[in-house]
Amino acid sequence: MKKMLIALIAFAFTSTSSFAGPKIEVLHWWTSGGEAAALKVLKDDFAANGGEWLDMPVTGGGGDAANVALKARIVAGDPPSASQIKGPTIQEYDQEGVVAPYNIDPIAQSEGWDGLLDPMIAAVHKCQNNSGPYCAAPVNIHRIDWMWANKAVFDANGISVPSSWDELNAAAEKLQAAGIIPFAHGGQAWQDATVFEAVAMGIGGNNYYKNCYVDLKETCLRSETTVKVFDQMRKLQGFTDEGSPGRDWNVATGMVIEGKAGFQIMGDWAKGEFTAAGKVPGVDYYCAATPSNNGYLYNVDSFIFYKTSDPDKQEGQKLLAKLMMGKNFQKVFNLYKGSIPARLDVPMDEFDKCAKTSNSDIKTAGASGGLVPSFAHGMAQGNTMKAALQDVITEHFNSDMSSVDAANALADSVLDNM
Amino acid sequence: MAPAVGLIGWFVYGFVLWTLYISFTNSKILPKYELWGVGQYVKLWGSRKWLIAVDNLLIFTALFLIFCVVIGIILAIFLDQKIRAEGVLRTIYLYPMALSFIVTGTAWKWILNPTLGIQKMFIDWGFENFTFDWLVNREMAIYTIVIAGVWQSAGFVMALFLAGLRSVEDEIVKAAKIDGANLFTVYWKILLPMMRPVFFTSFVILVHISIKSYDLIVALTQGGPGISTTMPALYMTQTAFHKSQVGLSAASAMMMFMAVAAVIIPYLYSELRRENAR
Repeated sequence: MKKMLIALIAFAFTSTSSFAGPKIEVLHWWTSGGEAAALKVLKDDFAANGGEWLDMPVTGGGGDAANVALKARIVAGDPPSASQIKGPTIQEYDQEGVVAPYNIDPIAQSEGWDGLLDPMIAAVHKCQNNSGPYCAAPVNIHRIDWMWANKAVFDANGISVPSSWDELNAAAEKLQAAGIIPFAHGGQAWQDATVFEAVAMGIGGNNYYKNCYVDLKETCLRSETTVKVFDQMRKLQGFTDEGSPGRDWNVATGMVIEGKAGFQIMGDWAKGEFTAAGKVPGVDYYCAATPSNNGYLYNVDSFIFYKTSDPDKQEGQKLLAKLMMGKNFQKVFNLYKGSIPARLDVPMDEFDKCAKTSNSDIKTAGASGGLVPSFAHGMAQGNTMKAALQDVITEHFNSDMSSVDAANALADSVLDNM
Repeated sequence: MAPAVGLIGWFVYGFVLWTLYISFTNSKILPKYELWGVGQYVKLWGSRKWLIAVDNLLIFTALFLIFCVVIGIILAIFLDQKIRAEGVLRTIYLYPMALSFIVTGTAWKWILNPTLGIQKMFIDWGFENFTFDWLVNREMAIYTIVIAGVWQSAGFVMALFLAGLRSVEDEIVKAAKIDGANLFTVYWKILLPMMRPVFFTSFVILVHISIKSYDLIVALTQGGPGISTTMPALYMTQTAFHKSQVGLSAASAMMMFMAVAAVIIPYLYSELRRENAR
């Protein structure tokens, strides 16, 4: 028995060390439910193409633990071949010099990523200030500005899906009068910011959103429009129940599913909760964009590919990048995850109604200039600025701070962190 | 002996010095080693969130200390009366100490949640206007952390004092009683003044628990509502790992280090001096 064990171990070592072929080490935190199932598709694909996948899952804290592990690896001079990093953080790591010389760019060019992605989303994945070679690959697009509403509750109170924020307020007042919690909300900083950005895009419009939260213009942040956005946030706060602070987002979704509350404003991962409860979009619940002028707040999950001198790993990076952007993975992964494929030419037949809406809206938004990056989910700003905005938004939402004070505090907080 | 000293020297003091160095650099997402001056400290003390954290720390430390010690002493004196089932009661009071702060925080989060816990219970009993919403009220939320912290640690202080009271020789109490002192006077004038070292130990232990308190807040309020219950340790981790401001975070860590040192060093000094005097 012991001999066999030794032989096995010896075999395991020789077989890995003598392996010559594409090889990849992936640091990620997709370990539960649909995400793990979706990732398995990718792993199997990778193995079928003759590659060897070294898995490095780090769970906990929605990626916090993984980020700590990643930093430790980078500081030690031994980054993994690929890890889950998104938005402007890709540029931050590039500036630290751990990404160049951009091994996956040749694949991106030969596969024609420029033609497959919306130009804005393509830019996110290009290093050297969003205009150089590709250094990361997108796996999905989450839409943030969704309103999830219980259809039975809306019908019983004679409410249809609101097309303006005034209509939404009127609907909420109706629900409140009927003794139903209008707005299911979890009072955590990131959830407050998620609602805020949907309101900002809706009330301020797409250009206002870009000026304020992408370009961080001080005059925009202090403007009358920002005050109006905070006014609407104050109204929404009045539509929450008192158990809201600290509540997790999925508990809030559960309140909508059970009909205790009317609606929730949350990204499309909320759909998974409805699906798990056996609810059908359009029949049991509405998935509708929050009121805006053809706006679309996007949040893209990506994988970044670090520099490595190991030729096997360089091959592995190229293979993984190719498979990740492949039609098959983009479809299967997003069917599991509730988001839509990042490449826009994937057939949407197998997707549900909400995903189809998302896919057609992103094309409209892309053409009309309404496609904007979410700051609450780290697409418009790096972590520092995201936290600077979030702190003020959550402080306003959870206090009696006036809208004017909040707008000024928002601008001050941004300037402090410039 | 030597390897242990080496390991502690490197992993404790080495990293303290490393953190001190990083706090003088402009490190963002990853540590950098070019010196940048005291900019991070200037930034830290100009940050609203840090000032809120420091305010909260002062409120929490003061109340946590006072309530733990007062409740601990009262429980210890009651248990000191040679009562029946002392062992059982002692275990009950000491038991919270066996839980981690995460468990304490989660349990109290449910108890104090107005739609799940105490408030709902009273409303269901028919007290329709009963409100107890401290947890979701930004002015009062910090006091819920005090409640949970005291619940957890008061039993520990009780154990310290009980051990102290038990170590006093019976003759002293008897002599006082012969001189006509009542029970209150015995405790107030004789036994408690003799507990000076126990007070000191409790003070040091409780203050450093409160400066480092992190898990209780994460479980109970996550720093909310808003940022109203942020504390220095929470600020430090958020700044390093969510805000990508490693330098600023190191500066806040050094401030906490100095606060702990300000408490511990005089304690160690007095202990060492006493040992030398012997």
